[in-house]
Amino acid sequence: MPKPSAIEVVAETETNQADNSRRRFLNRMAQLTAGGVGGIIANQVNASTPGSVEYAVPKDPTKVQGREPSLDKGYGTRSQFETETRLHLSAPNKQVSVSFTPLENSRGIITPSGLHFERHYAGIPTIDPNEHQLFIYGLVDSPQKFSIDALKRFPSQTRTHFIECSGNSYSEWRKPTKQSVQETHGLTSCSEWTGVLLSTVLKELGVKKNASWMLAQGRDASSLIRSIPIEKVWDDAMLVYAQNGEAIRPEQGYPLRLLLPGFEGNTNVKWLHSLKFTDQPMLSRWETSHYSDLYEDGKSRLFSLTMDAKSVITFPSAGMHLDKTGFYEITGLAWTGQGRVKSVEVSVDDGKTWQKAMLQTPLLPNCHTRFRLPWEWNGELAVIQSRCIDETGYVQPTVTQLIAERGLNSFYHQNGIQSWVIDKDGYVSNTHRT
Amino acid sequence: MTTKINAHGVLLMLMFFPLSGLSADNNGYNFGKKLSEPDIRKIDTTVMSNGQGLPAGSGSYIVGKELYLKKCAACHGVKLEGVAGAGNALIGGRNSLSSNKPKKTVESYWPKAPILFDYLKRAMPFDAPGSLTNSEVYAISAYILGESNVIDAKTVLDAKSLTDINMPNKDGFFVWPRPGAEKQENTVKK
Repeated sequence: MPKPSAIEVVAETETNQADNSRRRFLNRMAQLTAGGVGGIIANQVNASTPGSVEYAVPKDPTKVQGREPSLDKGYGTRSQFETETRLHLSAPNKQVSVSFTPLENSRGIITPSGLHFERHYAGIPTIDPNEHQLFIYGLVDSPQKFSIDALKRFPSQTRTHFIECSGNSYSEWRKPTKQSVQETHGLTSCSEWTGVLLSTVLKELGVKKNASWMLAQGRDASSLIRSIPIEKVWDDAMLVYAQNGEAIRPEQGYPLRLLLPGFEGNTNVKWLHSLKFTDQPMLSRWETSHYSDLYEDGKSRLFSLTMDAKSVITFPSAGMHLDKTGFYEITGLAWTGQGRVKSVEVSVDDGKTWQKAMLQTPLLPNCHTRFRLPWEWNGELAVIQSRCIDETGYVQPTVTQLIAERGLNSFYHQNGIQSWVIDKDGYVSNTHRT
Repeated sequence: MTTKINAHGVLLMLMFFPLSGLSADNNGYNFGKKLSEPDIRKIDTTVMSNGQGLPAGSGSYIVGKELYLKKCAACHGVKLEGVAGAGNALIGGRNSLSSNKPKKTVESYWPKAPILFDYLKRAMPFDAPGSLTNSEVYAISAYILGESNVIDAKTVLDAKSLTDINMPNKDGFFVWPRPGAEKQENTVKK
């Protein structure tokens, strides 16, 4: 098979590659014609931009009545001028696939629900919430099932958390591979989630003392299942039914998702169907064949569940063009599954010196954190980097440090420092630094 | 085996476990409905890596070969070599895991045979997940493991014989809660 390595199933099809290069070409064309600061923001109007409706543009909107608001039938769309979309890759087919969040133009910390990254093992199921039930059984005193309406009656909680696929940045172990932050880091997204703390529901059933793991199963056609340590279950696990103020999107698990703040994305089981309490982990396909980290000696680490500190500069980033020297605001995202981000340091001189970036408050645990640093570009070649330090004192490692510890084959949990190089003509690309 | 017991986790366990005997009858919200055994059986096909949960039934290599060619080969290849854009390779790659081109397959990577049963039963074949009978799953498992040279082509698989299989990579996994913490070697052993 013509895969670069057999480490994992993520492989681009020819079609995807063609789509990517077409997209880059369009971006480049937009850069050439837009002429504005950071000209990657495409100004082209695309009649088929997803999530928008195409309307005629009047010469002077102050001289004609606008359209009737009720034309949207009560649910709004975004501007027809906005072109941001998720980038889908078959891995290895159209159902078993992945999509990346366009981080390059992200603002603040929230990912729009329609742009949240996806990883699917059997496509997106269509589930009627009125007949969906959550089954809780195994080592419990009273096995029970709950309808979605029943779960919504419990006291609720709203919390803002990132979810990151542990395969995020998988392409960046050996060499700088992808030429956009969407493709290098777009498997992390952040939402406001609402639901009920799992501990609240479990007190209803009585979990037996010998229950040390919980098997969470989804209701897609793969019946995806993961073993969750009981400590996490009692700590901060949630059953969530809402995302960013409305029902969870189908591709994010409608009508019910398990949320495990700071744990690798795959354990946040979508279309949640059952929770089985056991005295051992299952060692399912998704925690052995997949989502285990292969070390240099050929042995693999199981249950590397917590996402370690990571950050990336989203502007400027690969594929962009700075067409003038002078002031730019460097900005990016930092996050950690170990609680809060303590600080973010940015280097604009290839790692020789590091400056503290400003962090946008409030600083929330297990949540994207926006950082910013004012910067004057003098027109010389520049390598820019960011590193996250979390509240445990953990410092985001360099890629070289990661490789020294784990070798080149672990695929998952690549949280190394990302470097972007800006050439003298202002073009930004992906680079590796020691 | 646990991944992470930090002070916080222990504290939480101490806080909550005394409450864990509380049933829905004791001032609970009572929003749930009692689950019956048949209810559970309908959705629970879970097989643990130690074979717990394996159902009755049995299957042979020769029956499995026929089923495989009919239901699996289109995506995983007539020789189980995988098909680009469809399904992964299932065999090969033994001793490749410490090379610079590791090939992860059922043969080279999967630590326990019951996991194969579990996955085939819940998720395969791709165009009709969950449609295989238990004996069909045993048979297809026998064919895949036979082609992997893990078992003899004459071995008939059932709950006991599948559990007894020594997979080539059975000692290839460890749990390491966090770099710096103590490694726990070979936790997948029986």
